[in-house]
Formats: sequence, structure tokens, C-alpha cells
Amino acid sequence: MADVRNILLVGVGGQGTILVGKILSSGLVKAGYDVKMSEVHGMAQRGGSVSNQVRFGKKVYSPIIGKGQADILVSFETMEALRWLEYLNPQGKAVVNDYRIPSAPILMGKCDYPEGVLETIKGKASTTVINAGEIAEKLGNPKAMNIVLFGALVKSMGLTDIDWEAVIRENVKANTAETNIQAFRAGMEASI
Amino acid sequence: MIKLLTGNEAVAQGAYEAGVSYAAAYPGTPSTEILENIAEYKGDIVAEWAPNEKVALECVIGASIAGARTLAAMKMVGVNVAADPLFSFAYSGVNGGMMLVSADDPGLHSSQNEQDNRYYAKFAKIAMVEPSDSQEAKDMVKAAMEISERFDTPVLFRVTTRICHSKSLVKTSERQGAVKKPYVRNVQKYDLVPATSRKLHVAVEARLKALEAFANETELNFTEWHDKKIGIIAAGVAYQYAKEVFGDKASYLKLGFTFPLPMAKIRAFAKEVGTLYVVEELEPFMEEQIKAAGIACIGKEKIPNIWELNPDIIAKALLGEARPVIDYDPSVVANRPPTLCAGCPHRGFFYELAKLKNVMSTSDIGCYSLGGAEPLNAKDTTICMGASISMGHGAQKMYDKFGEPLRAIATIGDSTFLHTGVNSLMNAVYNRSNLITCIMDNRITGMTGHQENPGSGFTLQGMPTKAVDIPALVKAIGIDHVRTVNPLDLKEVREAFAWALALEEPSVIISRWPCVLKKHSAADREEFGDYRGTCVVDEAKCIGCKACVRTGCPALRFNKDTKKVKIDAVQCTGCKVCAQVCPKKAIAKVGE
Ligand SMILES: Cc1ncc(C[n+]2csc(CCOP(=O)(O)OP(=O)(O)O)c2C)c(N)n1
Repeated sequence: MADVRNILLVGVGGQGTILVGKILSSGLVKAGYDVKMSEVHGMAQRGGSVSNQVRFGKKVYSPIIGKGQADILVSFETMEALRWLEYLNPQGKAVVNDYRIPSAPILMGKCDYPEGVLETIKGKASTTVINAGEIAEKLGNPKAMNIVLFGALVKSMGLTDIDWEAVIRENVKANTAETNIQAFRAGMEASI
Repeated sequence: MIKLLTGNEAVAQGAYEAGVSYAAAYPGTPSTEILENIAEYKGDIVAEWAPNEKVALECVIGASIAGARTLAAMKMVGVNVAADPLFSFAYSGVNGGMMLVSADDPGLHSSQNEQDNRYYAKFAKIAMVEPSDSQEAKDMVKAAMEISERFDTPVLFRVTTRICHSKSLVKTSERQGAVKKPYVRNVQKYDLVPATSRKLHVAVEARLKALEAFANETELNFTEWHDKKIGIIAAGVAYQYAKEVFGDKASYLKLGFTFPLPMAKIRAFAKEVGTLYVVEELEPFMEEQIKAAGIACIGKEKIPNIWELNPDIIAKALLGEARPVIDYDPSVVANRPPTLCAGCPHRGFFYELAKLKNVMSTSDIGCYSLGGAEPLNAKDTTICMGASISMGHGAQKMYDKFGEPLRAIATIGDSTFLHTGVNSLMNAVYNRSNLITCIMDNRITGMTGHQENPGSGFTLQGMPTKAVDIPALVKAIGIDHVRTVNPLDLKEVREAFAWALALEEPSVIISRWPCVLKKHSAADREEFGDYRGTCVVDEAKCIGCKACVRTGCPALRFNKDTKKVKIDAVQCTGCKVCAQVCPKKAIAKVGE
């Protein structure tokens, strides 16, 4: 469906992709789009590779995105971007967090964390690299890394018409709203 | 109101709107959130976790016969456990409307097999509906209740992972008010002795005929006419995939009521279209029946019957089309399997278990299923819930008979033990094997996202309740040798294994420590205290031997350049398992 846009959020179980998917989709619904979103629950949440897929437009059928179909790939972890790169439309954009989480085989020394991931991706697609971990830490809230990435996503997708700060407020705990909004703004700025 | 809901949330909303008064389940991905969401309707719906799916279904059957609208929910393998009551309730029929949600998991995101539960509808001879998005998931609960009461049948409500865990827009309405019929004693219907069931079987066959007539007229099965060169029959999420690929370039017979199939409608549709495709995920459930009715169609010749379906597979198989993709070498990407969390109490226990020689380690289903992988390599088998103990018993009998020096050690979680492990343990006592059973009691049902269970002290709707006393229970079954250990204390675990291995009789070791991700109750805080903290490595003492890394804790990072280990302070919970395996005492907890 040509008028449908596709967002793929990937990362490691526990990184908060589900919350970003939730904020994103509730804002898109408010803006009047038909929205479908697919999450991964269960086993993979225990530190496995996870994906969250959001599709929006006039009418959406499939809740999942096919290979080469994502308009934007937001990777919360560096290596995961490479795992999911075949889902990115060759004309699409990648937003990659410069943040490594070694997986179990790497920790045990069975294999190495791949080198040059960011360079590979940059050579293949229009890419924005964000150091969301550092940005969130500077704001005094390392947990808000996911919202920094969300800010970068909104900027890269040109979805700035929606009042995201109000949507964030509705979807996070009241006592974390302010730091999350700061994280969101910082993410928007960082992805120029 | 318009809301963005997952299929599971939509089923819960549907149950609320349709006047359901009782719902019971045992958790299991992808079904779990159905009951968690129904539990929110506290005054309106009694929602309960049962210890297993058979119990859940039987409770629901009782509530239905009492006259209320009811729902049971489970993952697909749960229906195997509940199959016994299901097949006979299919004979008696309902009083209040009753549906059984079977949540199948094509692609095995979180399951031990990939069975297609649509066959249960045919096997048990009951009606089946299949929603294709969240709106339908909500609406079909009401439809299922009406079909159930009108045709006196349980209804199989079949969903899949992508229905359960995908969100789409849903128009919600108000609750219609609980529907409660009076209970009337009727032994000709509910007392299934052979003479009664013989007659009821005749009624079941007549009911199937009536249901097929209904299938041909219901709006749940509808036709969308576009180009007639291609006709597609599809149900569930496969319908959405087909629409994604073919759009207006094909005509559709979209089925929401999928057993019995509307064969007259299918025949009429087939006559109108050029090529007829049956697009279905997993098995050729519809295709086989359609072909048996003498209607030509194309299905599994082109579309695989293994793993999840998706639009790309359909486009490639039926149109020979594929989207351009970025070309790169994905082989450098390391695997990222799920792992036991940092601080998981299963780790220390498995670490010691893996060191034992001449042991067959039969295990079970839960987070501890992850203990079989590198580097722990602590378990040999996983078949189905409860099987660790019974398999261990059977194996032990054979090692004894053939004089082999092997000992079977079964590991099973608290929720799994209370699910079906208790019977297996009774059997080990009764039939006298010296099996060692380890109950890994992390005080919660972990893998599926922390559901309460009969051992945890709370109900699904948050009421404090009695917690099963596991040591007392196993003693009552006849286990004379019971020990409870703290799995974070490796010496204690080691000693318990040595003690159990020396016994000639069956024994139970209970590993009792809460899941690190569990929200601690007041009782937990009292029993386990505030133990959290962080460990650090003294780099001067670290010799880079990687002994700690072999516990598989994801908080430990071995630096190849410095040949030292570092602990990630964000992940570390201060369990000190790594500190205990360090030969140089280089790891200590901050503040100790
Ligand atoms: C018959 C059946 N029902 C449900 C499930 C889903 N399931 C897998 S693991 C699990 C929970 C296990 O909890 P517990 O035994 O306490 O172990 P933990 O995950 O807490 O370590 C459940 C419900 C299943 N695999 N099979």
C-alpha cells in the first residue's frame, strides 16, 4: 500500500522499544491515521533481539513489515541495526544508537562484537548515528535513552506536527514526565 | 470510543461488553494478557488464574452450566492439557455461552511446538471463529457467545501471535449487562454416562449440520468482489496479509466463522473466480476440506506449512514478486539468544547442577528452560509442562534395570510444579524411584511475565490468599527427604546435591529465592530482606581466567585487551554468584 508508512524499532529485550512504540502509535492515532503495530512478548524479552513494528496511513492491512519495506529503521543497539537492515527500504533512513550490548556468545568469547557496523550501514543507507546513552546520561536519566531515540525518530520522519510532548505525558509516569520530555527534545536536536 | 488495542486487550473488552461473568486461564504466550486485562473489570467479571488449563476449562464449564457467560484462554499447547474436558463438554453443550480462546504461535516465538489448533474444532466437533484484527477480536466475542447459546456448543476462538500482540483500532461500546440463565438440573445433558453420551453424539452430528447452514448465511463470512481472475479464501491474519499483497487485484471470500466451513458459499465463490487460492498459515486446514468437497484450489503447493506466514512469502509464492532489499553481509552479526537475567536465582543452582557427573538432567518449561544453553549446559530435556519429573522417573527406572550408574535429576519451576508436576512426583513416590526433584521456586510464574500462582499468596485480581506450602505438600505426597536451599549460596546447593545423591529414596530440593524482576510483596521483603547491591572486580586480583563468565551472567564483561572482567553496574544485582566462583576472590559486593 503506497500511502502506508512503516517504522521498525529494534533493540534488545528490556531496552524500552515497547514504550516508544506505544507513544508513537498513540500520537499517530490522535493525528487521525489508521495504525497497526506489532510487538514481541514472551521469551525474546529476556535479553533477546526484539522488534516493534508500526505502520500508519489511510488504511493498513498487515500488522507486520516485510523485507525492504521500512521507511525508517530505528535501532536501539548498534549490532541490531545490521541484523534488521534487510527490512529497510533501500531509499529509507536508519537511525542507529551508538550503544553496544554484547550478546551472550560475545560475552563468552565465542565470537566478537562486529567492528565497523556504523560504517557499513552508512555506506548502504541514509543514516543518522545518535549517542543516546550519553545524551540521556547527561540529562541525569540513563533510562530515558529510549525517549532520546524517539525524539530522533520524530525528527527524521518529519512527524513534528503532532504534539508529542502531550502524548509522552499521557504515557509515562507523572514523576518521569519532565525528564522524558527533556530527553525527547535532546533527541530531536541531536538528529539534525 | 476508538482505542488502539492489542488483540488480547480487544478480547477482554469484548468479554466485558458481551456480559461475560467468569473467565479463567493459565498463562502462556501469546494468550496471557487476555486474563490480565479481563481482571481489570473487577466488579463485573470474576477472573482467575487456575493452576493449569484443564482446571481453568473445567471451572469455566461449571460456570457455564450454572448459567453464566464464560471464557477460558490458553496458549495452543494448553489446549492439549484441557482437551479431556473439551471433548466431552462438546457433547453436553452449554447453558451460559462459552468460548475457549486458543492462542496459537506460528513461528514459535515462545513455544515448544507449532501445532495448528484449528483441528481441535473439527476433532471436537464444535464451532470456531477466527478474528483477523483487534476490532474483529472484540466483536467476535459477542458473536461467539450468541453462537454458543443458540447452537448449544462451546466455541473455539482461535487467534495467533500476530492477532494477540498486534494493535489496531477498535470501536468500543458499553457492557450489555451480565447474562445469567437459571441453573436447571438436566442429567440427560450434563451427566455423561454412556447411555446419555450415545444419544448426545447424535445431537452433536445434527448440530454440525445446523452450524454449517449458519456458516453459509452469517455475515462473519463475506465476499469482497474486485477483479475475478484471482479469488482468495482466507481467515485470521492471513486475510490481512493477502489484502496487503493483492489489494483490489483479487476477490476475497473472507472467513470469520471457520468451522464448519461454509461449503455452499465456497462453491459459489469458486465458480465465479478464475484461479482460486486458499491462503492460510500453518496447516492446510481449509484447503483439505475444500479439496475433499471436490473444489479445485491452490494452497500448500505454493505456501509453506511451517513457520509464520507474511506478505512477502505470499507475494513471492503467488506472484513471483520480491521487493528490492539492501545487499550486505549479515553473517558478521552475532546471535542474541534470550538469557537468564543478571541476578536470576536459577543461575547458581544450574551452575552447580552442571558440574555433577553421571547425571541425566530432565527439565521443564519456564525461564529455567534457558539453562540448557551455553555456558551453563545444565539440562538435557524439555518436552512439556510437568514432564521433567515423570520423564526422570521413567529414565531412572531404566538405568536401574540395566545397571547403568546414571541418576536422573528433574528441575521444575514453582508454577510448573503446581501445574502438572505434583501428579508426577506422586508417581515417583508411588512407584519407588530414587529420583531427585528440584523445585526452582522463584516465588512467581516468571517466563510469561510474573503471574501469581497458587504458591505466590495472591490471586489474579489482587486478593491475598493462602499460598501452597510446597515442603508440606511434598511431604504429604510421601517424600521423606526434603531440603530448602538458597540458590545464591553455591555451597548450600552443592551440599544439597551430595546429600540427595547419597539417598536410596526419592528426594526434593527446593531452591527458594525470588525472581529478580519480581515486585516483592511484604512477605518477600520479610523473608529475603533487602539484598540488592552491586559487585565490583578488583582488577589487581583478576587473572582473566573467565571462571565468572562461565556462570553466563550478562552483567559480566570480559575485556580481551586488558584480560580483565568488568561488571556492568546497571545490570548487576549483587547476587554474588560470580564472587563465589572466582578462584582469586577478586569480586566483592560494594559495602561488604
Ligand atoms: C501447557 C502449557 N501451558 C503454558 C505454557 C507457557 N509457559 C511456559 S513457561 C511458563 C511459566 C513457568 O513458570 P515457572 O514454572 O514458575 O518458572 P519460571 O519461569 O518462573 O522460572 C508458562 C506458563 C506452556 N509452555 N505449556
